[in-house]
Amino acid sequence: MAKAPALPTGFELPLEPRIPRIGSVDQVAVEERAATLARRSIKREAKLFALDLAVRMIDLTTLEGQDTPGKIAALASKAIRPDPSDPGIPSVAALCVYPNLVPAALDKVKGSSVKVASVATAFPSGQSPTHIKVAEVRDVVEMGADEVDMVIDRGAFLSGRYAKVYDEIVQVKEASGKAHLKVILEVGELGTYDNVRRASLLAMAAGADFIKTSTGKLPAAATLPVTLVMLEAIRDVYQETGRKVGMKPAGGIRQAKQAVQYLVQLYETLGAEWLTPDLYRIGASTLLNDVLMQIRKEKTGSYQSPDYFTID
Amino acid sequence: MTDLERRQDRSPVPSGWDYAPAPEARDIVALEERYGLYIGGDLVEPRSGQYFPTLDPSREEPLAEVAQAGKEDVDLAVRAARDAFENGWSDISPAERAKYLFRIARILQERSREFAVLESLNGGKPIRESRDVDLPLSAAHFFYYAGWADKLEYAFPNRRPKPIGVAGQIIPWNFPLLMLAWKVAPALAAGNTVVLKPAETTPLSALLFADVLRQAELPPGVVNIITGDGRTGAELVKNEGVDKIAFTGSTEVGKAIQRELAGTGKKLTLELGGKAANIIFDDAALDQAVEGIVNGIYFNQGHVCCAGSRLLVQESIYEPVIEKLKQRLRTLRVGDPLDKNTDVGAINSREQLDKIKELVASGEEEGAEIYQPPCRLPEKGYWFVPTVFTNVAQSYRIAQEEIFGPVLSVLTFRTPDEAVEKANNTPYGLSAGVWTEKGSRILSIAQRLRAGVIWANTYNRFDPTSPFGGYKESGFGREGGLHGLEPYLGFDDSETGGG
Repeated sequence: MAKAPALPTGFELPLEPRIPRIGSVDQVAVEERAATLARRSIKREAKLFALDLAVRMIDLTTLEGQDTPGKIAALASKAIRPDPSDPGIPSVAALCVYPNLVPAALDKVKGSSVKVASVATAFPSGQSPTHIKVAEVRDVVEMGADEVDMVIDRGAFLSGRYAKVYDEIVQVKEASGKAHLKVILEVGELGTYDNVRRASLLAMAAGADFIKTSTGKLPAAATLPVTLVMLEAIRDVYQETGRKVGMKPAGGIRQAKQAVQYLVQLYETLGAEWLTPDLYRIGASTLLNDVLMQIRKEKTGSYQSPDYFTID
Repeated sequence: MTDLERRQDRSPVPSGWDYAPAPEARDIVALEERYGLYIGGDLVEPRSGQYFPTLDPSREEPLAEVAQAGKEDVDLAVRAARDAFENGWSDISPAERAKYLFRIARILQERSREFAVLESLNGGKPIRESRDVDLPLSAAHFFYYAGWADKLEYAFPNRRPKPIGVAGQIIPWNFPLLMLAWKVAPALAAGNTVVLKPAETTPLSALLFADVLRQAELPPGVVNIITGDGRTGAELVKNEGVDKIAFTGSTEVGKAIQRELAGTGKKLTLELGGKAANIIFDDAALDQAVEGIVNGIYFNQGHVCCAGSRLLVQESIYEPVIEKLKQRLRTLRVGDPLDKNTDVGAINSREQLDKIKELVASGEEEGAEIYQPPCRLPEKGYWFVPTVFTNVAQSYRIAQEEIFGPVLSVLTFRTPDEAVEKANNTPYGLSAGVWTEKGSRILSIAQRLRAGVIWANTYNRFDPTSPFGGYKESGFGREGGLHGLEPYLGFDDSETGGG
């Protein structure tokens, strides 16, 4: 137990290169930089490129108490063929659902490229005993989920018990086996960019394949500055160890324009290598239709009524 | 089924993402073929009869011809200013003066896109900067000083401030309209009249500003604008009808002006060159500090007197900082100043480009290690790749002389004392930057730095309420804030020796 000290390490490196810093984040400056990047003007082919990429990166999400196999079926066909009238539109990256809906989701996306991601570890609060969380992860992986979206224990993190947070992620990673592990920091509860940076490094050190901003269950979800802070942490890990960790902003991204801003930020922070669904996802439920609408606008030159895009 | 299979194909990872050109439309600016001098409220032909072309430095194409004001023209302009001062402007109620300044500020806001485009066309700076920095700040200066116009007696209690007369103002080419605002706004608020000489290479926004004055119905002669090269400036400095000279520009010219004015009784303020130290301590927020370094030296192509041109990095974080900096440099977008995605625009003139090249060559010769990111520069126009020099010794020319271009010299230090010592070891003293998480360290270092402006965890941030100006060879007198009014006022107490 308790392998992680207050200083998140775990980069499997000798002491010297990792000792210098977790580093800190300057709030004013990081918000300014995010705002500058958001003002890039992306037009025509460049915009189409981004919108197409955004579709391929979407984790189409439904996480409601009222989810049923019927709802999942509708969402799955949307995920596979987002716009039946335009065969040029690619499938989205994944369907993101609660554990109980994993079998239904797997059944519906069979034969397509769409992956099934399941939230787990007492989502969204994470306030359950570790062994229950780990058992839940084992279950969803056994059911066949391709990806696991876990939440960190914010209670432990905010009370300074970093080792507990770290340890839990290590155990969940182990239980995930071949499934990809996305670690949700729930930035809206962390309070400061410094905490977001710390939690990002902690999650990556413990073995996260992706780090993710939010559960989508809080009003404060993904923002451009908070995502930039996480991208910079990813960049530092890559620089130091050569390991590529993915990023998933989730919650609050509803418009195509925002998606383009997120992609600009990604491109100008981590470069072209990260412009792939293997390393970047956008967690969203309502974004897809706006992106489809914008793609149709770019291709035909005029906006279509929202009635031409299915609500699923 | 083929449809489904096709959908399963993962597109390959792109090698890059080419942003489509996003140029700001330039047709909002209507240029005349030829401009006269703005004297006594009218654009008049120069008595000198001479004109010269002014260029778009990003294309090396002439935009218009402007007048070369000679001695006679300067005389006329100064006389017009004197007339306006004595017959009305100095006597109207201060609230009336404020009214004109508020009008100018509002018109600048209304016409800001037009001015931003012109500023980028004639100066080469990215539209992103002229739109987001130059124009909002120019308007803000007029708003700010408009507020002071009827409150001067409260600004300087018990000192009975009064205007001094005709102010001759000579401004540089790096922020043509903003420097105009820095000079004209306090001069008018204090009740003076003005003869302004914009820089030789960037006269157009000042000439468009003449149209703003017409729109604002400012009485004729209160502001006069004369264009020309250094000779025009020299005539203005010499002119006996001028009561005060305000100059922003090179230290060399500033020294010449000071010699010229010695013993004449004219008031003088100088805002000259700089070689600012940007000091990064090992506890700074690194990614934001790197952003600050970039903003410090590549903002406006480094054509900034307060640019953070000497980077002092604590040795323990030297490697990550340089690595991050180089990586960031590779994402800088150099090119068409009117493209909304351009980060670094064109060098202002051939002359400046030659000077930058010469100093960069000296840096390589003296043994510094040069880094320039791969960069496609346009074929025509004046361009220089953003450059970083590492392994720079304090004695190299690139560590001592002002380059006034997108060129950064990196030095290291080990302790706070050494940082302060190196930072102060320069003939200049305009500005400095300090990057650290420790508030107490910010205060203690700032107190020991001999520089007029010190930024903490930010850089190149300006505000009309904040005074700006230098120590040592960076000049004297302050612009901006309450301090910026003082050089444009006389005080009864100082004349009687009381106080």
